[in-house]
Amino acid sequence: MKYLKQFLLILLISLIGEILHYYINLPVPASIYGMVLLFAALCLKIIKLEQVKDTGKFLVNIMPVMFIPAGVGLMDSFSVLKPIIVPATVILAVTVITVMFATGKVSDAIIKAEKKEGK
Amino acid sequence: MKDLFLSSLFIGAGISLLAYFSGVYLKNRFKSGIFNPLLIAIVLTIAFLKILDIDYETYNMSAKYISYFLTPATVSLAIPLYEELELLKRHYKAITAAILSGVVTSLVTVFLLSKIFGLTHSEYVTFLPKSITTAIGMGVSEELGGYVTITVAVIVLTGVFGNIFGELILKLLKVKEPISKGLAYGTASHAIGTAKAMEIGEIEGAMSSLSVCVAGILTVILAPLFANLI
Repeated sequence: MKYLKQFLLILLISLIGEILHYYINLPVPASIYGMVLLFAALCLKIIKLEQVKDTGKFLVNIMPVMFIPAGVGLMDSFSVLKPIIVPATVILAVTVITVMFATGKVSDAIIKAEKKEGK
Repeated sequence: MKDLFLSSLFIGAGISLLAYFSGVYLKNRFKSGIFNPLLIAIVLTIAFLKILDIDYETYNMSAKYISYFLTPATVSLAIPLYEELELLKRHYKAITAAILSGVVTSLVTVFLLSKIFGLTHSEYVTFLPKSITTAIGMGVSEELGGYVTITVAVIVLTGVFGNIFGELILKLLKVKEPISKGLAYGTASHAIGTAKAMEIGEIEGAMSSLSVCVAGILTVILAPLFANLI
């Protein structure tokens, strides 16, 4: 019962996310509104960690599996991708590398500077 | 076989899970990151459907129930994030600066490469939101006049690419801090990359979740500024 109760709470937050998505005219999905809401509710102690932790962690653990249908959907996209396959592949791979470089290095540098300051 | 598929609620979901655990088995057996369970699951399932000549719609009638949990799971990403609240407070400067640099880098890289390849405006804006989570990216692409189906394909492929090669890329780039690794995963390869970051560690996972959220919202704001450059 504990798990079901926790699931209900997570489902209700997802529902509020859907309502916000419906009324706010922005390309922000229900899941992002929901994530922000749950985070805020935890910080403000409206929801206690124990009220969502077990089911929430379970859902996060099995998350990779949930992307399989979207990935399999690529079998239908091949025909649309085919005419621009070269630029698409290059843009795809290069951007992942440049973004990881920029994000990782900026964060590393600032943390290193802060550590020095702290000493 | 197709009739069975059309009438069964469990076959598509069952095959997907079976394919996933074949991937997990291979990964444990050979202890190598090349055997990425998600990639193996996708490849095996596509091969299976192609061999039996079953189309995606038929498969998805059952498989969609796996994706049903995607919204509650994404909402639940707030939990590991909350557990790292102290870290978040302590490093908010690094986190903000890093995600912002990542988002701008993504937009600039897509712009430069589109210029080099001589892409049209529609093709260019199709790629602009490629680093962010599918639901936000679709909206951005549509608003700017891109081809939404291609955007979705490129976003999913970006996630899968980051999920598979992230560890290697971060190692080659010598990114050290767990926080930095998590931020890099989330900013470069959204929720699919986050699934991998979660496996690496709790800090990495939490930071990656945060990046998906912040990078998505920043892209909604910044992409329109880049859209008219081509």
